[in-house]
Amino acid sequence: MFELNAGNTAWMLISASLVLLMTPGLAFFYGGMTRSKSVLNMMMMSFGALGVVGVIWMLWGYSMTFGADQGGIIGNPFEYFGLVGLTDENSLMIASGVPATVAVGYQATFAVITVALISGAIADRARFSTWLVFAGLWVTIVYSPIAHMVWGGGMLGGGGWVADALSVPIDFAGGTVVHINAGVAGLVLALIIGKRRGFARDPMKPHNLPFVMLGAALLWFGWFGFNAGSEFGADSVSGQAWINTFAATCIAMLGWLLVERIRDSHATSLGAASGIVAGLVAITPAAAAVDIFGALAIGLVAGILCALAVGLKYKFGYDDSLDVVGVHLVGGLVGTVLIGLFAHVERDDAGAATGSTFAPEGALNGLFYGGGVTQLGTQIVVALVAVVISGVLTAIIGYALKVTMGWRIPEEDEVEGVDVTTHGESAYDIEPGNGSGSSGVLSSTHKTHGAHA
Amino acid sequence: MKLVTAVIKPFKLDEVRAALLAFGVQGMTVSESSGYGRQRGHTEVYRGAEYTVELLPKIRLEVLVDAADADDVIDVIVRSARTGKIGDGKVWAIPVENVVRVRTGETGPEAI
Repeated sequence: MFELNAGNTAWMLISASLVLLMTPGLAFFYGGMTRSKSVLNMMMMSFGALGVVGVIWMLWGYSMTFGADQGGIIGNPFEYFGLVGLTDENSLMIASGVPATVAVGYQATFAVITVALISGAIADRARFSTWLVFAGLWVTIVYSPIAHMVWGGGMLGGGGWVADALSVPIDFAGGTVVHINAGVAGLVLALIIGKRRGFARDPMKPHNLPFVMLGAALLWFGWFGFNAGSEFGADSVSGQAWINTFAATCIAMLGWLLVERIRDSHATSLGAASGIVAGLVAITPAAAAVDIFGALAIGLVAGILCALAVGLKYKFGYDDSLDVVGVHLVGGLVGTVLIGLFAHVERDDAGAATGSTFAPEGALNGLFYGGGVTQLGTQIVVALVAVVISGVLTAIIGYALKVTMGWRIPEEDEVEGVDVTTHGESAYDIEPGNGSGSSGVLSSTHKTHGAHA
Repeated sequence: MKLVTAVIKPFKLDEVRAALLAFGVQGMTVSESSGYGRQRGHTEVYRGAEYTVELLPKIRLEVLVDAADADDVIDVIVRSARTGKIGDGKVWAIPVENVVRVRTGETGPEAI
């Protein structure tokens, strides 16, 4: 029986709105890090993901994630197609008294931000049309199944084979589903699409660091809906998730700055913004399953490791332009695996969580809290399985689009800038003497380029 | 007559201008420029990736003066533009054969 809980519903509507704000926030975060000639395209990839995923989620995405389980892999895409057949009686959040429509909206914002995160790996050089098609295919073929496997009753959740063999995996707010998933997809796309022209040779400095910090601020603000909202209600568990999200992020920023101070002799604003995101990513899966010491430990490790990991792309020569791998994959793995050390949930005799920390029944405490190594094994297995599934499926979509639509914009367009050649716009017109005369001449050139955009 | 040219740090412009005005210099030409001297710019680091910025922003300031005043003007600029740190700039003077005031057609020292 569904019984409306107005308090929980209000909090979930706010949380959904907060998480929705993360995607425009991400657009600023990513946009500031690109060069001025491609900032609009970078931001448009986030907004484009909003458009495509927002529509698909209502048609079949939600149903594929939370519809009736099909072999532990996906939900039935036709069960709630177009949200038909969805009632409060089968609301994902029925236990919290939150209506089905609110649950759909909240989950939609997760799908949107996950797709948008991937775009950071392919800055400056991808066709916008191919990106939009990718967004639709990826949310259908990769995101929805993995979200189903972890949260929707599939094989990586409570009743799946990992839970049977070891213990119930813990992913409170999306370390596996969102961050490992997006991080792997970003790596695969960066490899398939190839490097930007001039990568590791030409300077590709961030063109607007205040944008990056604004974006990080919006992401942090929105992330409270992401993590504290994942309790599906307003209670002490969501409070624990909130303070863990706060504390882990603070210390992750300090950890990143410490690495920079020692390695490069400057603590930078880009480092602060990056450390914030690294901490947010890492605490996400653990948000309610650890106490404050666990949150601080996870945040510190994530800040330090992610600061070191962003150099990997130069070492291995792949152009993950804005460090989706270094921040989201590495941060997601740190959080997901360290749960195996720091999970700390007090339970009653029946196995139900008591107090303000929470993990599903069947999940164990971490190694440092007397739970042994089983939960650590569970977390590692889940992370590896997600890496493989996401990697293989993303590769299939990425290659299919490469041979059909093509991923790269023409070389001259990339040199001139994807903003003006693909979108027919430039972000800034502040050069003295760059008046209407020169713009008039340029516009006829763009029309030619516009044909393949 | 001499043309005194100074390349200075941008934030020093107001101070130099005030000093020259106090000395009695009537006009000047100021342009934004960039360059480097012995210190060769600086290094910036973004997420561990190093970028060398060789050309630094500078102000190029030009003043036409009587030959007799040139040394004093150079002295005024050097004193007002100095911070003591690397990158303070350079000042030099070169002879000028003739000057014409466009509005009146006056030439030579009267046109300064």
